[in-house]
Amino acid sequence: MSVFVWIETFGGAAESSSWEALGAAQSLADALGTDTTAIVFGEKSAAIAADAGKFGVASAIICNADEMREYRLETYAALLGNLVDQHKPAAVVAVATSRGRELLASAAADNKSGLIAEVIDLRVEDGSLVGTRPAYAGKVLMEMTSRTVTTFLTVRGRAFPPPPVNAAVKPSVTQVSPATIATELETQIDELVAELGAVNLSDAAIIVSGGRGMANNPAAAPAGLKGEEANIWKAKEGFAKTLQPLADVLGAAIGASRAAVDAGYIPYEHQVGQTGKVVTPDLYVACGISGAIQHQAGMRGSKIIVAINKDAEAPIFKLARYGIVGDLYDVVPALTDALRARLS
Amino acid sequence: MHVVTFTRSTPDTAAKVWVNDDGEVTWGDVGTVVNPWDEYSLEETIVQAGHGGGESTVIAIGSELHNDALKHSLAMGIQKALRVDEAGADMNDSLVWSALAAGAIRKLNDVDLVIFGKESVDVATDQHTYQLARSLGWTMLSYVSQIMEANYTAGTIQVERMLERGKQIVSGRLPAVISVLKGINEPRYPNFLGIRKAAKAQIPVWSAADLGIDLPTAATSALRYFNPPQREAATEMITGDTVKAKADTLIDRLFAEKVL
Repeated sequence: MSVFVWIETFGGAAESSSWEALGAAQSLADALGTDTTAIVFGEKSAAIAADAGKFGVASAIICNADEMREYRLETYAALLGNLVDQHKPAAVVAVATSRGRELLASAAADNKSGLIAEVIDLRVEDGSLVGTRPAYAGKVLMEMTSRTVTTFLTVRGRAFPPPPVNAAVKPSVTQVSPATIATELETQIDELVAELGAVNLSDAAIIVSGGRGMANNPAAAPAGLKGEEANIWKAKEGFAKTLQPLADVLGAAIGASRAAVDAGYIPYEHQVGQTGKVVTPDLYVACGISGAIQHQAGMRGSKIIVAINKDAEAPIFKLARYGIVGDLYDVVPALTDALRARLS
Repeated sequence: MHVVTFTRSTPDTAAKVWVNDDGEVTWGDVGTVVNPWDEYSLEETIVQAGHGGGESTVIAIGSELHNDALKHSLAMGIQKALRVDEAGADMNDSLVWSALAAGAIRKLNDVDLVIFGKESVDVATDQHTYQLARSLGWTMLSYVSQIMEANYTAGTIQVERMLERGKQIVSGRLPAVISVLKGINEPRYPNFLGIRKAAKAQIPVWSAADLGIDLPTAATSALRYFNPPQREAATEMITGDTVKAKADTLIDRLFAEKVL
């Protein structure tokens, strides 16, 4: 009847967002009068379980068999499903990353249990779990409850704080065997291309985003580029030479509007909005973004929004805490210089 | 061979969606569009069925609302459309949804590949995708940015997946369920002929009894919908004589807000 929390790992270390899942799991465990159990699969799982002890986890179930070394949906879902069936936890919590989403949904299906996804707030009401989650691309919120013995919950990144580091608890660790047979797997990972500086907008505390206004770069495009090609060159140059330095000073990730992505100014991985990422940074700096409703759906949960736009009537200013009316190609470099001076 | 995709009608991307005084979700008079992520799965379904010289089918689970998305799919070039509906079934529950979806796939009986868009913007989740794969017992490959090779005779597929930590090339066995990302293709616009054909199409509706399944009990239920808290309307426009002065003032404010 414990609360399970899946600690997502990569390359033998816990993903730091996993501690947010643990924070959510612990508040749930407190409300239910139970404790938390860390589920750690893969390389160095014993060491990671010990780390979880620093955050107050009472026990851990680990599996570091060879076939569990790297995350795979089939192996991980089969074992998680078995453990849930065996221990009947009140809940299983993970962060709603690509892996967390598919793993919990699959194990929930195997166990015919309820899943509440992308939870941003959580409470216990008359013994039932009630999760608040976005719907309609975040334009409205909904409350959902589950009536099965175990409820699976994915929590949105940055929605729950990690628990405080307490006097180290030494969790009681149980080692288990995989639930699958390696030779019977349906998929095989042929190649892994780790991206340098991979875009992780969901985790970012600060995001600097560019929109269609990025094409108003005063820098002259190379001779021979005409019309839209020249705009693409200017916008790309602007992302690299104007926005990136500001992002570097702030330690920020680079985002973009759909208009900028669709125009070919920046790859899709950067898109914030209804068909991109939903982000909730502490600070969101929107540069040359008008603020279409579908963009707002992706960033309205940011703590502080700053808008820089030439058009004083742009809808983004209605959402912003601070606004500067002006050309981003004047304002952003000035902001970068002033920040450098202030932070040095 | 046979490629199937699922779609739904969702409020127009630009529509304001809110909860009215009766607690119902509304988007006023604005129409629906095909779920924006499904533009890519529909296109990929047409392409893959074309490559394999096979059939393509689009399915919607739910009410008549979704007929518009089905007609849009037909107009794009999907060969057949059908809808699964069951009075009283809680389609918000992903286990109920995936039981109906799995029933439809089993009834079709010759499906090699199911292609989903990344998620549905209305329910704002992708859980039904994984749960369908699970109830069919098929290979699941999510977040596909490219299909490298699909060999429907040999029953194998190789894809590129885009994840937080980079890209992965994965091979798997068919039949499979995959979800595709924006950027995998350039979705086509329906042409006049397609639109005319779609307008005339009769869309069959299958019930749980037609599928020969017993509907599972919903594991979850939606309690209520509500509007997100209004963002503080107070926007401070930073002014100053020079750009530098404006930049300095903004930085002062951001330090005071403790976000720097």
